[in-house]
Amino acid sequence: MNFLQTILILAAAFLAVFGEAALPGLRHWLGAQVDLLPVLMVYAALNADIAAVSLLAVLGGLWFDALSANPLGASILPLFAVGFVIWLQRELILRDLPFAQLVLGAMASAVAPVLSVLLLLTIGQQPLLGWGSLWQWLVMTAGGAVAAPVIFALFNWCQLALGYQPRQEISFRPDREIRRDRKLKVND
Amino acid sequence: MFRQKHYLALGAVTLVVLLILSLPPRATARLKLAVGSWFLPLFGLAGAVQQLPVSAADSVMTRRELLRQLETLRRENEQFRAQALQSAATGRENDQLRTLLGWQRQTPWKLKLANVVMRDPANWWRTVQIDLGSRDGLADNLPVLTPDGLVGRVSSVGYTRAQVVLIGDPNCRVSALVENPAHDIGVVVPGGPLDSSFVELSYLSGSANLQAGQNVITSGLGGIFPKGIPIGQIVDARQVEFGLYTEARVKLAVNLGSLEQVWVLFP
Repeated sequence: MNFLQTILILAAAFLAVFGEAALPGLRHWLGAQVDLLPVLMVYAALNADIAAVSLLAVLGGLWFDALSANPLGASILPLFAVGFVIWLQRELILRDLPFAQLVLGAMASAVAPVLSVLLLLTIGQQPLLGWGSLWQWLVMTAGGAVAAPVIFALFNWCQLALGYQPRQEISFRPDREIRRDRKLKVND
Repeated sequence: MFRQKHYLALGAVTLVVLLILSLPPRATARLKLAVGSWFLPLFGLAGAVQQLPVSAADSVMTRRELLRQLETLRRENEQFRAQALQSAATGRENDQLRTLLGWQRQTPWKLKLANVVMRDPANWWRTVQIDLGSRDGLADNLPVLTPDGLVGRVSSVGYTRAQVVLIGDPNCRVSALVENPAHDIGVVVPGGPLDSSFVELSYLSGSANLQAGQNVITSGLGGIFPKGIPIGQIVDARQVEFGLYTEARVKLAVNLGSLEQVWVLFP
């Protein structure tokens, strides 16, 4: 496991949940708050191992529910479901393409809240739903789509800045060096 | 198959979720507060950052401006003191009349100011967190209001902060009274997820005669909210379920989108 990457992902999730709770700017303008946890889950599923995906789902879900009126633990399974499916298909996904990141961000941000609401309804909660929820869902989807390439770029930059630098391959090989000598050995 | 790492992770996460969801409500509430307390340093930091522009503006304010504000506040203070004297006289008279009639004496409101520190990150709930908790004497179901009107009620209490469920959330239903000759009584229910400034006043009688602009206040029924706290004004009304009862749209007196400070009402 790449611990630095996992810690970075968890720190980003912690700050994302705090930002969603403390900065209501988007809610004033668009009527909905964008959730960054599904986007972080996309990044974790494509670039980290299953342990990091599980940790992000459990801790991210707990943090989100602790600041929300959700029953504690209700956000864990939707997040993990998104991450698990992407993790299983990770070899088939062109993760470096911004368009692929955008589409995955949109899909994850669309699916996670729907699963959360379905889970809440299943366990007998009555969330605030109506026709306006459709707009909120669209805002969350679009917000996730826009945020995904940004988060991927940010994490790649962090990896470059904090992780080990990749070894530079050069054309010079010492074992293929042609040794030249000025002194000429004359055999008598 | 189950020896594979990802299936083990799937099983572990599902187990954790089932375990947390099946905990008794009290344990869940404690766990929620414990997890939420991880954010306390960040909230402190955010509060300090928010105060920075205010203190910066205060430090560059001119003496003339300060004197002008002081004079305005002094005049307002004198007005309020005169009004308080009048209110005290009215209160005494009210108490005497209540004693003569054998009615229970009204207790004055005890209020405590709280700052709103965060909002619900989920779009399907309407709650805020305030910076008062059990150490300040807060308990569940205390009414929360602003000088404009009703905000909601305290839904869960931690040591240093509490969650307030706002009016218009499915978990905050308020018995309300319309200030019209018939004194129609209904229940305030959520309006919609997008616009937090409107709620529905439902279960009014089918013969209710509602006019736009009529005031809606708490009825005092239900045992949580005392009578007389302003809720809002009627915008329009319609009969539903083939005239069985009436529903009205109410514009809230309080702007829930820009709450910064609220008052918690103690019994």
